[in-house]
Amino acid sequence: MKIKLQKIYIGLIFILLYAPIVTLVVLSFNKSKTRAKWGGFTLNWYIELFQNDQIMSALSTTLIIALLSATIATLIGTIASIAINGMKRKWRTFYLGITNIPMLNADIVTGISFMLLFIAIGATFGFTTVLFAHITFNIPYVILSVMPKLKQTNRSTFEAALDLGASPVYAFFKVIFPDILPGVMSGFLLSFTMSLDDFIITHFTKGPGFDTLSTKIYTEVKKGIKPEMYALSTLLFLSVLLLLFLVNRSPRKASMSLKEI
Amino acid sequence: MQLPFCTQALISLIREVVNLSHTLISLQNITKSFNGEVVIDDLNLNIHENEFITLLGPSGCGKTTMLRIIGGFETPDSGSVIFNGKNIINLPPNKRQLNTVFQKYALFMHMNVAENIAFGLKIKNKSDQYIKDKIKYALNLVNLDGYENRKPDSLSGGQQQRIAIARAIVNEPKVLLLDEPLGALDLKLRQDMQYELIRLKNELGITFIYVTHDQEEALTMSDTIVVMNQGYIQQMGTPEDIYNEPENAFVADFIGESNIIASTMIRDRLVEILGAKFECVDTGFGTNKPVDVVIRPEDIDLVKPSEGTIQGIVTHLIFKGVHYEMEVTANAHEWLVHSTDMFPVGTEVGIHVDPFDIQIMNKPESEDEEAVGVEE
Amino acid sequence: MRRLSELKNKRFLATPYFIWSAAFIIIPLCMVFYYGLTDKSNSFTLENIMSIGSIENFKALILSLALSLVSTLICLLLAYPLAMILNNLNVNQSSFMVLIFILPMWMNFLLRTLAWQTLLEKTGVINSLLNLLHLPTLNIINTPYAIILGMVYNFLPFMILPIYNVLIKIDKNVINAARDLGANGFQTFGKIIFPLSLPGVLSGITMVFVPALTTFVISDLLGGSKILLIGNVIEQEFKQSSNWHAGSGLSLVLMIFIIISMLITEKYDDGGIMS
Repeated sequence: MKIKLQKIYIGLIFILLYAPIVTLVVLSFNKSKTRAKWGGFTLNWYIELFQNDQIMSALSTTLIIALLSATIATLIGTIASIAINGMKRKWRTFYLGITNIPMLNADIVTGISFMLLFIAIGATFGFTTVLFAHITFNIPYVILSVMPKLKQTNRSTFEAALDLGASPVYAFFKVIFPDILPGVMSGFLLSFTMSLDDFIITHFTKGPGFDTLSTKIYTEVKKGIKPEMYALSTLLFLSVLLLLFLVNRSPRKASMSLKEI
Repeated sequence: MQLPFCTQALISLIREVVNLSHTLISLQNITKSFNGEVVIDDLNLNIHENEFITLLGPSGCGKTTMLRIIGGFETPDSGSVIFNGKNIINLPPNKRQLNTVFQKYALFMHMNVAENIAFGLKIKNKSDQYIKDKIKYALNLVNLDGYENRKPDSLSGGQQQRIAIARAIVNEPKVLLLDEPLGALDLKLRQDMQYELIRLKNELGITFIYVTHDQEEALTMSDTIVVMNQGYIQQMGTPEDIYNEPENAFVADFIGESNIIASTMIRDRLVEILGAKFECVDTGFGTNKPVDVVIRPEDIDLVKPSEGTIQGIVTHLIFKGVHYEMEVTANAHEWLVHSTDMFPVGTEVGIHVDPFDIQIMNKPESEDEEAVGVEE
Repeated sequence: MRRLSELKNKRFLATPYFIWSAAFIIIPLCMVFYYGLTDKSNSFTLENIMSIGSIENFKALILSLALSLVSTLICLLLAYPLAMILNNLNVNQSSFMVLIFILPMWMNFLLRTLAWQTLLEKTGVINSLLNLLHLPTLNIINTPYAIILGMVYNFLPFMILPIYNVLIKIDKNVINAARDLGANGFQTFGKIIFPLSLPGVLSGITMVFVPALTTFVISDLLGGSKILLIGNVIEQEFKQSSNWHAGSGLSLVLMIFIIISMLITEKYDDGGIMS
């Protein structure tokens, strides 16, 4: 009896979570533009999607920004983690406190703070401003992923390497780095995802004519929903599905990236 | 004062009869499988009032599962658990009149010591005064007076263990189940706690069902030991019985160290070991039948070669503090010998064993009865 | 000797991050404070902060607080049982099932909100289905109820995950001990499971309340232009009116609320989640 209730409950929540997504997928194949009627199966919207230059360029922009910002953030963040890990308590608390600010602050406040900064220094709003903003909010996620792994790393293995004649740099790359690599990878993955999905901060740091996928969708939706959006949603959903199943194959990575949230 | 033999016998008989009439728990035909693997195989066991009974065996033998079945945390596939005449198989754990001390203590970390101990009493809606008195009594019993307001994570392992015990016994259960409670403690502390547990059992007068893989622990504390392997009972008896008269190779090897040698029973009271004839005291094993012989290392006397039944050479010597451990190669077999006398490596010696110290066992009927890790 | 040089090295390694965070985290935040506390002639004023008292702004703030509190509560009530059920699954099933419930989180946030717009519209999917069944139509779109729905839908996984993560860490034997000592299901939950899960609950509340309080997209898409939350007000001040001083002032007020909610959750959590 108890088990049945549990199954029903899970089922209901499942429907709640997936009904909207399924609707979008179904509508993406709907010949008729109105959401009320089913006008027959079609792949037209997918074709129109790929022919829509603006959306495609927004997509590539989004991917480039995500890749670039994640990479740079991972670099800065990993180095910062190593530095912070070796600091005395006082300094560590200070730096970790600063790291927490973008995460604890609401996106909108972070967004406007960037906007004010860029205006003050007279920067042109566009690719660079968005990139710098993304790198900034990605770094804390990298630090959050790498630091626990650093803490876990046994200090003795590093000292063993030194004892066997390695220089600190060599010892680091051969002993410490492979150990923290899972944390670095999940930090990268997390940053990439956060950057892909970001809307609010990009909204405040982009200029006219520059769009990532999220901001493009926003402007399009305000004008009125085009069915290409449904096709886009379906494709994005499928790629997320694929990505997560691939990650699930190496279960350690999945559980780590899940736990870091 | 040594009582005459017949009086001693009478006393044990009376004890047996008294015990027999006070079977507290009866486990009947218990079978349990996990994922298709049989973990407990048609197990039958009677547990008596005031008994300290230990389920002893290697990892995976089913002893913890058996304890959990008694406690109500697992349901067997078939069989019954009769408690005071009633089958409690379908009773949930919170309704059974027994309490468990868990392996890693399972203290409630968000509560202090007093709240941990009071937990069961509060559920039973006991009065505040009653609870206060009981906490005091329990802490005194485990020698931790005054620890009421401490937090569990500020206590050492041994102290946490005693709080876990206090928390269980304060509910006055008829039976206390203990699941390898001393496993995480260091040697000295473990030995101290063993004496504590015996003292507790005697003061409280309740039944202790204890699970462990440590045979020394079992020998120290138990009234009865149940040796388990592969889901069923290999042998059951007092510590002396189990140690001195193991019934098969597994029990012999699991309890204490032993020499287990394949031999031939020539006739009653005479066995041939490695080509030499030894007198022994066992009968009923047939004529010229293959048997296993168990001789404890401390029962082997090393004598002058001419005085021994077989002759050999000392090949290894280790000082163990309590005794010397030596390996003697005699008649192509490596004998393990414990002795307070020292014989340097290379000495020629003779092996002599008292007939009373030679234990004859039937050959193992199944893989489960074979000694673990003994090379024939 | 090596110790000292190691320390120096470590501090040196932190320099890039130090510069970056100073430039892009600290300075921008200071600018918000600066703009919030000055007017167009760069003189100190509390006017911007006080503008929260104006009728429209105040209404927006109260509405935001109400909607985000309700959404957080609903998320908690829905997520906790789900996390418990997921926790009780056996090892093989559980990671797969958790993944299934976390998956929507990885879908683009705008598209997820758009999906509800499609469902809830006057001529949307739900109403079409209802019409087919000759049932009365739902008129939720462009009302606060739609916004609550949008918030719960978007933020539910953020509540499920921390609670689940904390539940799986509870030693099963602790629960067995409670049952062993006589507690039934309800007592075990109230006295043992819930108190031990509190850090996860607080973490989840933080991860839902703050984004819900400050969102403007959800109210934009699901509330039409009629319903203004405090997020919408600030966004408009910045993007449409270029009223940076007023906007910053309101943001400062918002930050006060965020800090208050952090302090409250910290009070109930003895140094767990924030470290």
